[in-house]
Amino acid sequence: MDKFRLMFQFLQSNQESFMNGICGIMALASAQMYASFEFSCPCIPEYNYSYGIGLLVVPPIWFFMLGFVLNNNVSVLAEEWKRPTGGRRKDPSVLRYMFCSITQRSLIAPAVWVSVTLMDGKSFLCAFSISLDIERFGNSSLIKGLSETDKMKLLAKIPCEKLFDNKQIREAATKYITCISQACGWIFLLMMTFIAFLIRAIRPCFTQAAFLKTKYWSHYIDIERKLFDETCKEHAKSFAKVCIHQYFENISGEMQHFHQHHSKDDSDNEDENRKSDEEKLLGIRAQDDMNKVLWNWHTCKPALALKKDE
Amino acid sequence: MERLKLVLQYFQSNSESISNGICIILALVSVKLYTSFDFNCPCLPQYNKLYSLGIMIVPPIILFFLGVLVNRHTGVMMDEWMRPIGNRSKNPAVVKYLFSAMLQRALLAPMVWLLVTLLDGKIFICAFSVSVDPTLFSGFPNSTDLDVIKIMAKVPCKEDVIFNNTSFHKAVSRYIRCYSQAVGWSILFFLIVLGAMARLIKPCFDDHATFLQTRYWSNYLDLEQKLFDETCILHARDFARKCVVQFFEDMREDTILCLPHPPFITNFGEEWEDEEEERLHGITKQEQMDQLLNKWYYSKPELNVTRIAHRPRMCVTWKDCKGKTLYSDV
Repeated sequence: MDKFRLMFQFLQSNQESFMNGICGIMALASAQMYASFEFSCPCIPEYNYSYGIGLLVVPPIWFFMLGFVLNNNVSVLAEEWKRPTGGRRKDPSVLRYMFCSITQRSLIAPAVWVSVTLMDGKSFLCAFSISLDIERFGNSSLIKGLSETDKMKLLAKIPCEKLFDNKQIREAATKYITCISQACGWIFLLMMTFIAFLIRAIRPCFTQAAFLKTKYWSHYIDIERKLFDETCKEHAKSFAKVCIHQYFENISGEMQHFHQHHSKDDSDNEDENRKSDEEKLLGIRAQDDMNKVLWNWHTCKPALALKKDE
Repeated sequence: MERLKLVLQYFQSNSESISNGICIILALVSVKLYTSFDFNCPCLPQYNKLYSLGIMIVPPIILFFLGVLVNRHTGVMMDEWMRPIGNRSKNPAVVKYLFSAMLQRALLAPMVWLLVTLLDGKIFICAFSVSVDPTLFSGFPNSTDLDVIKIMAKVPCKEDVIFNNTSFHKAVSRYIRCYSQAVGWSILFFLIVLGAMARLIKPCFDDHATFLQTRYWSNYLDLEQKLFDETCILHARDFARKCVVQFFEDMREDTILCLPHPPFITNFGEEWEDEEEERLHGITKQEQMDQLLNKWYYSKPELNVTRIAHRPRMCVTWKDCKGKTLYSDV
C-alpha cells in the first residue's frame, strides 16, 4: 500500500508539479524582467504610443509562446492530433482538454506582465500623455499660442523628467495617468480572477462525468507514450546483448574447432575452469582470436536477426 | 492496522494543514502586495474618493476569489452538491460544513488587506481629505488662487508646491490617520471578539455528535476523491504497459519457430537469457522492429487489453543440421 502511495506521488508530482513549477518560475521571471527593464519613453509624438502600447502587448505574446515551448505536453497534443486513426478512434474532447490545460498554464506569465506594467503606470503615461487635456492641471499659460504640432511635441515630453520644465504640471499629469493605469490594472486582475473562478468553481456543475473521462484518457496518452519509449529502450538493450552474445558464440565456435586439433591435452584441465573462465571469455583465449573478433565486428557486422544461421 | 492508522492520520492532517498553509501564504501575499503597490492618490476632488474606495474594495474581492480557487474543499463541495443521487444519499450538513470552512479560509486574506490599509492610513487620507474642516488647523495656504476643495484634495500629495512653507498638510494627514487607525483596530478587536465568542458559545447550541459526524464525512469525501484520482493514475499506467506489450507481441510472426540447432551450447546464464527473451516480446528482426514502429504511428492499437490474458505461448522446435527434430514444445 505504501509502495503504491510513493509511486503515485512520484508519478503525480513529477508531471504536474513540474509543470506548475515551470509556470511559477515563468511568472516570477516575468515580474523580475519588468523590474530590471529600463523603460525609456522616446518622448516624440509619433513614437510614444507605439512604444508604450508595444511594451504592454509584445512581451506577453512572447511569454505565451515561451510557455508553449517549455510545456512537454505540446508535442503529445500535436502527435495525438495528427496521428492516423488506425485501430483507435480519436476523441476531440481529449484534445480540447489538453489544449485548455496547456493554454491556462501559458497564460499566467503574460497576465503577470500585463498587471505589473499597468500597476506601474509608465507605459500608459508614455502612450497617452499627448491626449491629455492640460487645462485641468493648472494654468494653461504653457500652451497658449502654440500650434497643434508644437502642443503635441510639448505634451509628448511629459514622461521625460529632464525634458519637461514645469514640475507641477508634470507631476499632476503623471499622477492622473498613473491612477487610470492602476485602475485598469486592478480591473484586469479582477476579470482574470473572476474568469478563473468561473472555470474552476462553476464548471463541475455542468460536465463533471465527461470531464473525468477526458482527464483519465489524456493522462493515459501521456503515460502510454512514456512506457512505449521505455519498452523500446529495454528491447534495444536486450537485442544488443543477445546479438553480441551470439556473435561471440559464433566466432568462438569457429575458434574452438580450430584449437581442438592442436591442444587436445589441455581440454581436461579446461573443463574444471569452464564455468568461471569460459563464461567470461566466451571461448576467445588468444590474442589473434580477439583481434579477429574485433576486426570482424567492424568489417562484417552480423545481421539483425536472432535466428542462428550457418 | 497501526500503519493504516498512521497513513490515515497523515492524510487527514495533510489535507487540512495544507489548506491552512495556503490560506496563510495568501495572507502574506496580500501584505506583500500592499507594500509593493505604489499608491498614487490623484489629488483631484472628483477622483480621490473613487480611487481610494476602489483600492480598498477591488483587491479584497480578487483575494477572495483566489482564496476560493486554491482551496481544495471548493472542488469537493461542488462535486458533492451537484452530483446526482445515485446509490448514496446526500447530506446537506456536509455541504454546509465544507462551504463554511472554505468561506472562513477565503475571507482571511481580504480581511488582512483591509486591516493593513486601515492601519497604514494612506487610503483614508486620500479619500477623506476633502471632508475635513480646514479651520481646525493652522497654516492653511492662502497664497494660491485655488478654491478650498482643490487645496484639501491636494493634502495627500505631500510634495505639492503649495505646501512648501507650511505643515498644514502634515496636521491634516495625522488627524485622518488617527481616525483610520482607530477604525482599523476596532475592526480587528471586533473580529477577534466575534471569533472567541463563536468558539465559546458554539458547543451550547450545536449538537456536538452531529458535528463530529459531519466533519468525519467531509474528510471522507476529500480522501475518497484523492484516492480515486490516485487509482485512476495507477490503472492508466498498468493499462498502458499491457497495451504496449500486447502491441509488441502482436507483431510476432509465428507462434511455432523452426530453427537450425547451433553447433554447441554453453551453460552461460540460462536465467539471464529467459529474462532477455521476455523483454524482447518476440521481436527479433530489424524489419519486424521497423514495421512495429511504423504501425505504432500509422495504426495505433485499440484500447482493449483482454487479449493479453489469453495470449498463445510461443512454441519452439529445435532441429539438427540434417533437419531431424531434436525436441519441440508443440
